[in-house]
Amino acid sequence: MKWSVLTLVGADQPGIVAQVSQVLADADCLLGEASMMQLANNFAIMLRVRYPDTVSLYEVLTPVAQALGLHIHIDEDASDNGEQPEPDVHITVYGADRSGIVAQVSTTLAQAGLNITDLETAVSGSRDKPIYIMTIEGTAGRGVTALQQAILQLSDDIEVHLVEIETLRG
Amino acid sequence: MALEILTYPDERLKELSQEVEYIDDSVKAFIRELEQTRIAGPGAVGIAAPQVNVHQRIVIVDVSNTRKPCDNHGHMIMINPETLEWDGMAMGREGCLSVPDFTGNVIRAEKFKCRYQNPAGEWIEIQPSGFEARAIQHEMDHLDGLLFLDRLVSRRTDLFKRKVYK
Repeated sequence: MKWSVLTLVGADQPGIVAQVSQVLADADCLLGEASMMQLANNFAIMLRVRYPDTVSLYEVLTPVAQALGLHIHIDEDASDNGEQPEPDVHITVYGADRSGIVAQVSTTLAQAGLNITDLETAVSGSRDKPIYIMTIEGTAGRGVTALQQAILQLSDDIEVHLVEIETLRG
Repeated sequence: MALEILTYPDERLKELSQEVEYIDDSVKAFIRELEQTRIAGPGAVGIAAPQVNVHQRIVIVDVSNTRKPCDNHGHMIMINPETLEWDGMAMGREGCLSVPDFTGNVIRAEKFKCRYQNPAGEWIEIQPSGFEARAIQHEMDHLDGLLFLDRLVSRRTDLFKRKVYK
């Protein structure tokens, strides 16, 4: 058995997840972590799959991908299924939309030691006054204080709030 | 001695726990073992009796030693805990000794009022908030056969930090 990371992207329509997961199940593939979402009129699947060495994922997926108009990308994944880093900070960012918000924020935070584990963004607001909203979770490699200081350096037109995540174990 | 912790999908975690009628020596001896089990768990701020297959309404919570200090009532042995009131909602990340290697976001009451009996049988009423309120709710859920998995919300469900306007 081996792992691969599978990416499928195409125009959204009902039944993509059902049909893709069915052909994978029929080929004795096991699904791992996944992130699947609508991105405007597209649907994107990012999925870890574990499958027998004798299986060609590409051959398994090509018929369904062609039928649904999905692009396939497969990367072999040598990493084991070990523990994931636990995010310890949650950062929300929002402001009037303009180019460069993600670049500015992520660069500044990366320099202060942030390793992003999850990032989601949305464009909202009215058509003539769009706002950009981003939520980030990650690990503060050089401590939370370094990140808080870095946030102070960011420009005034965006709101950035950092909350420490204390994971409860009980 | 630390007791064996049941892990999901063990069906015994879904059973309802019964009220403790008499807090006798056997209950007190069990509480000592439950506490040893909590301490042996990696970084556990709480534990509930059904997690060790004892279906009695007993939980232990202690958030006085977290990485980020929070308001707390110290070490609490809570027998027959009951929720009296609750208010507000907050999202936080939770894991569980009974669900190894997984953490997820759960919405809980931000603060609430509860009462419980201590090992001397006295009723205590407290109003915990924040992380401590979350921990008590997590443990009390176990008494009703609920795991945090039953309350998971999507990563996309976000409660923006409330801004206080003055």
